[in-house]
Amino acid sequence: MNLLDILLLIIALLILFTALSIVVISMIWIERKFLGRLQRRLGPTRTGPFGLLQPVADAVKLVLKEDLIPSTADKAIFWVAPLLVLIPSFMIWVTIPATKDLVLRNLDLGLFVIVALLVVSILGLLLAGWGSANKYGALGGLRSAAQLVSYEVPLVMVVVSVAILAESLDLRVIAASQVPIGVAEGVLNEVKEAGGSFNHIGVPLILIFPLGMVLFLIAGLAEVGRIPFDIYFAESEIVGGPFVEYSGAHFSVFFLAEYINTFLVGALAALFFLGGWYGPFLPEWIWFLVKTYAVVVVIFWIRGTFPRLRVDQLMAFGWKAMIPLSFVGVVICAVYRFYDWPAWTMTVMSLAVLGVVGYWLYRRFTQPVQRLAKLYGRRPGRVGNVS
Amino acid sequence: MTMLNEGQQVDLLMNMGPQHPSTHGVFRMLLRVDGEVIVDAEPHIGYLHRGSEKLAEGEQYHQVVTLFDRMDYISNFNNEWVFCRAVEKLMGAEVPERAEYIRVILGELNRIASHLLFLGTFGLDAGAMTPVMFAFRGRERIQALFEGVSGARMMHNYVHVGGVKEDVPPNFKEMMAELLADLREDVEECDRLLSFNEVFVARSKDIGAIDLDTAIDYGWTGPCLRACGMEYDVRRAEPYSIYDRFEFNVPVGRDGDCWDRYFVRVLEMYESLRIIDQALEGMPEGEVNSVGGRLVRPPKGDVYVRAENPRGEIGVYLVSDGTDKPYRVKVRPPSFCNLSALRLLVKDSYIADAVVILGSLDIVLGEVDR
Repeated sequence: MNLLDILLLIIALLILFTALSIVVISMIWIERKFLGRLQRRLGPTRTGPFGLLQPVADAVKLVLKEDLIPSTADKAIFWVAPLLVLIPSFMIWVTIPATKDLVLRNLDLGLFVIVALLVVSILGLLLAGWGSANKYGALGGLRSAAQLVSYEVPLVMVVVSVAILAESLDLRVIAASQVPIGVAEGVLNEVKEAGGSFNHIGVPLILIFPLGMVLFLIAGLAEVGRIPFDIYFAESEIVGGPFVEYSGAHFSVFFLAEYINTFLVGALAALFFLGGWYGPFLPEWIWFLVKTYAVVVVIFWIRGTFPRLRVDQLMAFGWKAMIPLSFVGVVICAVYRFYDWPAWTMTVMSLAVLGVVGYWLYRRFTQPVQRLAKLYGRRPGRVGNVS
Repeated sequence: MTMLNEGQQVDLLMNMGPQHPSTHGVFRMLLRVDGEVIVDAEPHIGYLHRGSEKLAEGEQYHQVVTLFDRMDYISNFNNEWVFCRAVEKLMGAEVPERAEYIRVILGELNRIASHLLFLGTFGLDAGAMTPVMFAFRGRERIQALFEGVSGARMMHNYVHVGGVKEDVPPNFKEMMAELLADLREDVEECDRLLSFNEVFVARSKDIGAIDLDTAIDYGWTGPCLRACGMEYDVRRAEPYSIYDRFEFNVPVGRDGDCWDRYFVRVLEMYESLRIIDQALEGMPEGEVNSVGGRLVRPPKGDVYVRAENPRGEIGVYLVSDGTDKPYRVKVRPPSFCNLSALRLLVKDSYIADAVVILGSLDIVLGEVDR
């Protein structure tokens, strides 16, 4: 690798980072506006047209603020922790393809790298909680370790299922295998020539594997710590958890990482289940963004709707519901691939598991509300049933 | 500093408050936690102590009303009302019909405003960020009406000894009709949003349960007591003012847990709306104050009155020595008595539950510390 290559790589990384920053800024704006509308507010309106400059103002404010370090904090750990959270979530993006050509380094083992890097941020959160010498922080750090490790398992199992279905760990191939053969020929031929293998499915995976989509979204929510799984920085309980002592630029780094991760969950959902960047009429990169932002908005929507789970309920849900279901998902994917049944059998199996087991779990986990609803003659979780 | 032996386990001592987002003011809990479980809790109060009871001894009667405004600052009208009733009882003053109706309407509106605030903040305690916005919308509407009537959104100083300060604005009925139509919708919307949400019920049902006998032993009153299943409401048990003329239910819970305490309040809002409807229908014309001037000199003696505040039963013990200033004012604040059981409730629960339990008691620190 000569000097020019290194220079080009650095420039490419800088461009990627800038692009991600713009994405994060847009997400903050969308979140504030969308949440505002959900809550019958306007959201930001003062800074720029439609409050578009609000995230910029927020960023400037955060960076200009004094960066406090508690006197009892472990300074080295306190400094390193935000980077340990940001760098892995940034590095994952190196291998995420936005279109079939728009990717910094496409890896044959892309899925593997993503799963490996996702875990590193736990260390950062744990160190942040520990290093700030704050009891809320320590508690939040431990909570984050417990939560992220338990929800890593179903997430990985879903990723494994997707890999089984597409018979590839290459993200480009996974996306390409979900569209009709004529559309995806470019990528698939390229792989064939390189001697790689894949399984062409022809329809977006959400149609044949909705179970996986649901599991992936729930586990993804937990991975990025969004309501109802935001227990590791629950403001009303442990006041921000690992971030409690962070301010100014250090805090903004955590903030950036959190939003990059949220966007990552959206992007992965789009690549795994929604057919990636493929779509009619519009350019590929726009389709990728549309699909990703759609998932991200769903995440924001959930944030505006649900209260927070308690830590034991979260763990119970993770170990008793998510993990068994994700294993069932792997098994049905394997059975489907082994016997080479037609695609609709996969849809049936997936929907059956989701319907039967999902409904059973819903009844099981919501016994109190069912009882109360019966008592007071209401229907739980529905709108428009008062008096 | 005590030295620990090797391998010895100690509980983590955690300080929750007074600067904590969900302690509802300046309340402090010293928690002894074992991981996520609270082994013991030690509540500390007094951060908002302003000596209101002592201050009252140096103020004339009409000035004491303003001190009562600032005790339970979420339900100002109810607080002014109970003090004025104490003075009136001592003086044997009659309150004009119209003033009684105005007091009932505003008092019940204030109950709804208080419960709406509770609903929103309780949602926040459980981690739901949307209900508070919906609840505040209804509360803002009520406060706009309060401003129209008394000139202030809070700290009204509108209820005076012998009636109210001045008559309501001439378009009061139209204002109320407009408000009630919106308010009914607001209350229903908040109810629909939160009450039977699966996650919310999982967070609050069977949490912080207390049995009726213990609750009575701790002196619980108001929605917290009714959530344990006892139909005790001062408006019903010892009807004051004109509450015996209205038809309303006293909602009770069954299990005495956080969700019951929440839902009793929700149901109470509907009942308050019923009372307001009836009061608006029966409101007569006429005088609004029988005493006239501000300066009152109740005869020598003492008196105890009680009333149903949004938070529970408030009692005022008033001793007069015949001058224009009270000799002694003692308040029995409902929040204080309800809060006293906190240690019992949060013991052996999770940290996250402690926040929900504290929220479900719906304390106002201004009243706890006075």
